[in-house]
Formats: sequence, structure tokens, C-alpha cells
Amino acid sequence: MEVTREDVQRCALLTHLSLGEEEIEPMRRAMTQLLSHAKSLDALDLEGIEATTHGQDLPLPRRGDEPREGLSQTEALENAPAQEHGHFQVPKVL
Amino acid sequence: MKPGFEAVIGLEVHVQLLTRSKMFCACRNEYGGKPNSHTCPVCLALPGALPVMNGEAVRMAIAFGLAVHGEIREASPFYRKQYFYPDLPKGYQITQGPVAIVEEGWLEISGKKVRIERAHLEEDSGKSSHELSETSSHVDLNRAGVPLLEIVGGPDLRSPQEAYDYLKTMHHLVTYLGICDGNMEEGSLRCDANVSVRREGESAFGTRVEVKNLNSFRNVKLALEYEIERQIELVERGEAFGQETRGWDADKGETRSQRSKEAAMDYRYFPEPDLPTLRVTPEEIEAVRASMLELPEARRARFIETFGLTDYEAGMLLQSRAFADYFEALAQASGSGKQACNWMLGELSRTLNGRNIGIEALGLHPEALGELIRLVEARTINLNTAKESVFPALLAGEGSAAQIVEAKGLAQVSDLGAIQALVEGVLAAHPEQLAQLKGGNVKLRGFLVGQIMKQGKGKVNPQLVNEVLDASLAHG
Repeated sequence: MEVTREDVQRCALLTHLSLGEEEIEPMRRAMTQLLSHAKSLDALDLEGIEATTHGQDLPLPRRGDEPREGLSQTEALENAPAQEHGHFQVPKVL
Repeated sequence: MKPGFEAVIGLEVHVQLLTRSKMFCACRNEYGGKPNSHTCPVCLALPGALPVMNGEAVRMAIAFGLAVHGEIREASPFYRKQYFYPDLPKGYQITQGPVAIVEEGWLEISGKKVRIERAHLEEDSGKSSHELSETSSHVDLNRAGVPLLEIVGGPDLRSPQEAYDYLKTMHHLVTYLGICDGNMEEGSLRCDANVSVRREGESAFGTRVEVKNLNSFRNVKLALEYEIERQIELVERGEAFGQETRGWDADKGETRSQRSKEAAMDYRYFPEPDLPTLRVTPEEIEAVRASMLELPEARRARFIETFGLTDYEAGMLLQSRAFADYFEALAQASGSGKQACNWMLGELSRTLNGRNIGIEALGLHPEALGELIRLVEARTINLNTAKESVFPALLAGEGSAAQIVEAKGLAQVSDLGAIQALVEGVLAAHPEQLAQLKGGNVKLRGFLVGQIMKQGKGKVNPQLVNEVLDASLAHG
């Protein structure tokens, strides 16, 4: 399972990480190692075993549809790096 | 559409579920309000906060599935769909993956079955505004985490009109079921379309374009008309075009390519580790089925059968659940389904349209109107008097129908002697017309009846007037 430089760059783009040129190669090696390790699971004979998405097969708990007071506007915005007009302020996206 | 071509259209409809709280937290699910005033650590995606499923959203999804004859999946896991956008604080949307809670249903539009491939539960994003300043965008997370049902229709629609009809029918169904308020202006129901064209007789699909931002019935039709025309032109010129996403610009009346960064389209779905698989038992499905109201299709058939209405009338009465409920109460109170229907589609609709309100806001109890209809049926007053004098007074709260008739002295004169005198008086006053009528000018009968009714100030029983007039003519 050989990860390429391009794979690393694509992943960085998707996850919004900016990798320096010198970080690409170590990352490529680490990802190759990680995926190769996971790949070793393919050697197991899984015939007749149902695919699962979770470790434990518990039913999804559900709550009643009762609204509760949450945070105030001030509290909600408290940790925002920037705020304006009661909104989270972010770089122009359009 | 240009002859020789055919359009293939499938709609994706996002329905905001009418729960009281959000999908995975207990914040209020309410449109508007101060920005960022309906939030909590879960919908703000603060570290360590965990989602807990709203049971009511599941019930609504099952109800929808049953209403569209769909399969309710016993197990449908949640997934994370990952992308970056400022109004998605977690960096991923919780949605469903390969298995949706509802699959393989259908919706009937004008006798045609349109497949519903799937309907899955997911959370809404927050809202970004770009108009508040020149230099930055602003995010309101009140909508983040509101439950959505995304309904994916099959590629079975063949014209903008069919797409329009499908959306209307879908809108009617979800509002009727009470699972969505249907307010398209507020974004409670949103629609995207997948559309391609092909030459008639071809079985392969053409290149598919997704058109977004179709947020009114009218825009769905206009945008599809425009887009189909555009694609046909390209095909005719032999120009190849790729699969893309286009946005509808209602002001300019055109669709425009939305730059899509290809890499950004990789959502890297994986099972949501914070939520075990959603499981629904057959018993739960049956319980939802048992609690559901009669569906529009069944109710329409029953209206036709029980009250002897036409298909058109039944359809009009089912314009909303409240309207249909009012009709049933009125049919009961008045003792006549047919008359109740006439009032609903006549005077009541005119009043509602004039005031631009729904039946809920009219403030007239069906019992009160039922009494008025009974007075007409019993010939205590005639229909004109009921419509022109009593109904407005009833709306104005001047008392019960009987009290108004009494107070205004509107009761019909059914006293034979009085009518006889009235008829004779009118005939004596119009000897010329009488002679012409006897000479065969039958049109003058209507004139004379009109004179008699006028003399009787509209209160005489028209049937008795006719009988007495016939007798007088026969004898005289």
C-alpha cells in the first residue's frame, strides 16, 4: 500500500491542512505505514461475518422532542475569534 | 419542448421536519429569532459534545415512508459527510449512508407513479449571510442541526410541468402529514433538480446537470424550462458538456455554472462513531401506521363516495388538512355534504381569498354555518338571502343564523294566501306583458317572476311563486 506525494497533497487539500514541502515526505511514509497496517486485516477470513459499523450493536438511543434553553447569544459567541451583529464573523466566502 | 427531444428530470426535496427541538440536541427548532440564540455545545460543535437522536424526527420519517408506500429499513446507520464551510461548525454533516430509513416508495401525480428512491434523515447547516459587510461573511447557527428529510425522486419526470406537479403533490403531502410547515420562503421546503435531455427514443441518459436554488414552485418550472432549452441547443450544435452544478438566478432568468472544486466533492463518508445504528422494529412501524390520519388519496375517494362529490370538488376540498377537516365538520353540522361543499368552494373560499387567510383564521365555527345551511334546506330562507344577508352578519358575529333571520325579518314568505295576492297584484300591474306571455313569448315569464320576487323583497319562496304563477296562468 504505497501512498504517493499526490495522495498526501490531496488529503491536505481536503482537510485544509497546509503542509510545508519538508513535511510531505514524512507524512507520506507515515500514511503508507498506517494503511499497510490496516491492509493486513485483509488476510483474515471474514466469510459469513456480517459487516458492522460499530463495535457494539446497541440500538440508537432516542430522546423525547422537548426543547430546552441552550446558550444565550453572548455565550454562544463568547469563544469566537471574531463576531459582529450577533453573528460569527468569518472571511468573505462569496 | 422542442420536438424530437425529451427531458429526464429527478427532484431532490429537502424537508425541514416540524419537530419542536433540533435533530441531535434540545435547542429550539424555530425559524428566525435573534441570530445564534438557539444553540448549545452540540450544534456549535464544541469539543466533547455528543449528539442524541430526536425520536420525533424518526417517527415523522416513518410516517412519510408509509405515506409514499416505501420500505422502512430495519437498520439505517448515520454517516459523516465531510466538507468545509463556515456554516457547518463540525466540519461534517451527520446524514445517512448507503441505507436510508425510507427506500423505494412512489408518489402519484396525475395518474403517473413517480419513484422515490430514498428519503434519509440528516441535519441542516447554519446560515451564512454575505450582505452584512463588504469584507466578511456572517454565520447564524440557529438552523444548524434542524432535522431534515432529504427525499430523492427517481428520474421519472419528463417535463417542467411534471416537475412542478410533483413538487406541489410533495408539498401537499408533507404539510398534510404535519411533518413540515411547507414554507418555501423560509426554506422549510427546498428543491434541487437533476436534469438531462436526450433525443426521443434513446434509452441512455444524456449528461446530467444539477440545478440548485429552486426555492419556489414557479422557479422550478422556469429554471427547468431554461435549462432544457440550453442543453438541447448544445446537443444540436454537437457541443459536448460535462456534468456540473448550476445555480438558478431568478432575477436574470438563467442558470449559471457554479465553480465546483473537484477535490471538494470528495465527502469521505464514514459511519458516525457517536451514533449507533438507527433501528426500527416492525411493531414501531405498525404503531406509526395506526396513529396516522387518513391520507389524502384515501380521503378523496371517501369524499366522492360518501358525499357524491366530483373528483374536482374532492380535490379542492383537500387543498389543506384544515380545509378538509372543516368541510367534514360542516357536512356533519349541515346534514348535506353537497351543500357544505358548495359553501366551502363558494362563499367561504371567496371570503378567505379576499382576506388572504386560511380557514383556521376565519373564526366561524362549522356548527354556526351548518345552521345557516339547514335554514336554507328547510326553505326558511332562500339561498340568496343566506349568502347576501345572513352569511356576512354571521361573519360579523351578529348572532346565530336563526337569530339573524329573526332580527332582520328575513324569513321566507311561504304563506300561500300572501303569495297569491302578490302574484295577482303583479299580473294586474303588467297586463301587456301578461298578454304577450299568453301569446307565446315565454321569456316574459322570467320578467314577471322577477317582478314578483322584487315586490316580495326577496323573501318569498321562489318555488311557491312558480307554482302559484303556473296556476294563475292556467286558470286565467
